[in-house]
Amino acid sequence: MSKSKAPVLEAKNLVKTYGRVVAIDGSDLQLFSGEILAVVGDNGAGKSTMIKCLSGAELPDSGSMELDGAPITFRRQKDSRDAGIETVYQTLAVSPALDIAANLYLGREVRKKGVLGSIFRMLDNSGMKKSSKEHMTALGIGTIQNMSQAVETLSGGQRQAVSVARAAAFGQKVIILDEPTAALGVKESGQVLKMILNLREKGLSVILISHNMPQVFEVADRIHIQRLGKRVAVVTPKSHTMNEVVAVMTGASKVEIKDQTLGPIN
Amino acid sequence: MSKENTAIDAAETFKDRATTKQKVQTTLHNYPWLSSAAVLIAAVFVFNFGNENFLTTNNLSLILQQTAVIGAIAAGQTLIILTAGIDLSCGAIAIFASMVMAKTAFVNGWPGWAAFLLGIAVGTGAGAFNGWLITKVDLPPFIVTLGTFNVFSALTLFYATGRTIMDKELSPMFLYLGEPITLFSNFRITYGVLLVIFMYIILAFALRYTAWGRHVYAVGDDIEAARLAGIQVKRVLMSVYVSAGFIFAITSWIIIGRVGAASPNSGSNLNLDSITAVVIGGTSLFGGRGAIFGSLIGAVIVGVFRNGLTLAGVDLYYQTFAVGLLIITAVSIDQWIRKARV
Repeated sequence: MSKSKAPVLEAKNLVKTYGRVVAIDGSDLQLFSGEILAVVGDNGAGKSTMIKCLSGAELPDSGSMELDGAPITFRRQKDSRDAGIETVYQTLAVSPALDIAANLYLGREVRKKGVLGSIFRMLDNSGMKKSSKEHMTALGIGTIQNMSQAVETLSGGQRQAVSVARAAAFGQKVIILDEPTAALGVKESGQVLKMILNLREKGLSVILISHNMPQVFEVADRIHIQRLGKRVAVVTPKSHTMNEVVAVMTGASKVEIKDQTLGPIN
Repeated sequence: MSKENTAIDAAETFKDRATTKQKVQTTLHNYPWLSSAAVLIAAVFVFNFGNENFLTTNNLSLILQQTAVIGAIAAGQTLIILTAGIDLSCGAIAIFASMVMAKTAFVNGWPGWAAFLLGIAVGTGAGAFNGWLITKVDLPPFIVTLGTFNVFSALTLFYATGRTIMDKELSPMFLYLGEPITLFSNFRITYGVLLVIFMYIILAFALRYTAWGRHVYAVGDDIEAARLAGIQVKRVLMSVYVSAGFIFAITSWIIIGRVGAASPNSGSNLNLDSITAVVIGGTSLFGGRGAIFGSLIGAVIVGVFRNGLTLAGVDLYYQTFAVGLLIITAVSIDQWIRKARV
């Protein structure tokens, strides 16, 4: 896979404050094509706020963002989706009583062709079910066969699979995952990590926010370390150990610029 | 396959084996209106023994006519309850709209159609006012509609100056929905009943086959998940309260036809009766679950109970008692269904 030198998604000098609380204080972020960038940091480091700015849930006070080199401003989540950025939330943002197909297409339902769709506004349920199944299978989640199954009947891992499948199905460029394994068991986490690797195979760029160092070291290409609202270092799992990353995260040590991996890795 | 894997497979098959009780629970979970339909059939069966006049075409058509008003209000109430809201002001809106229609036509001499349209506009506006307080001022639906219930009731009495407008004073257009149509021998339904059934068919279609319907369920099911999925939650809620207001306004027309008059003092129990119909019909008060036709069945069940017990010579107090038990049973079943492991 060819990787261009220019980042897919770039944030420069983002600032976001809530009253007197400074959540991010001039933070940068670069995501290159086809990579998995892990964002790690202690509580209050500004990871979530950073992600909210990138996904349009919050509007940064200052700073700029670029997608494929073009400047972007997200006022609503819909703006970021329209630009090709999908977000998977920590809180498993699925509707329990609705079925899998309905959840995958929630908020962007497909209508039937012809008069039934245009005048009577009928949904193309069978079409949505069919393509839902394709999306689920594409991510290696072929075990769920029945797309009319209500999401509440699924296990935590399967529910997370539905949200990841939703993001993968509609994300054109970037997928942001906020602590996707926080609520999951070991086996289920493994499935989700495998799905994240599949997303990279499909050529998507992934931002993974996680507290779980072993998981980060397992899947990430580069690790963005956030501390006190700033990016303090970008390293790779090969160049640094877990202990070193934790030390930087907590402020116990620093990484010289020359030892960082700010550019894309090949 | 290793020995360990076989053991897991054995456990998996065991896990999927459901007891009869679980199967019933699962079926009800998928089709929540089934339990109410079963209650309706059982009630008809029992009341048939209570009085031989119960299962006559004459009496059945009477039940349908008695049910029309509650059924109509329950249609709007269902939309609201599906979004995990509640409307205590529904009856007050309907009565307010009916007084506006009758008084502008009779006292102010407006043409029938103009008075009718004004009544519809007032009812829809009242629903929009509820929706505005809920979505923009961010108040809980219970509080908002408890407040507007009183406000609209007071406005009605104030506007009508306590006077009932009788059938002789109303133009035929307003009494139209009370006109009977003979279907066969003694079985008559009114145009009002037809209108209610038509309303239910339209709503059932919208809820089941359109994106709007799906969003109504999603908002009631988990409002935060709906928001994160990109649904304009407030717009959906607003549309629901406006549509409900419109339905309540249409109901005012049915009320005038049924009663044959427009009275500011009637309909004080319509709000609780409609909630009863919705709950008995299997729609969950916690939102996101239920089917609109269940509410029609629920309204008919209440009608059947009242009528059947009356024919069996049971005192009114016991009838109310029976409806109370029915509500508690319905909600218990709903809670049990929610725990279903499908």
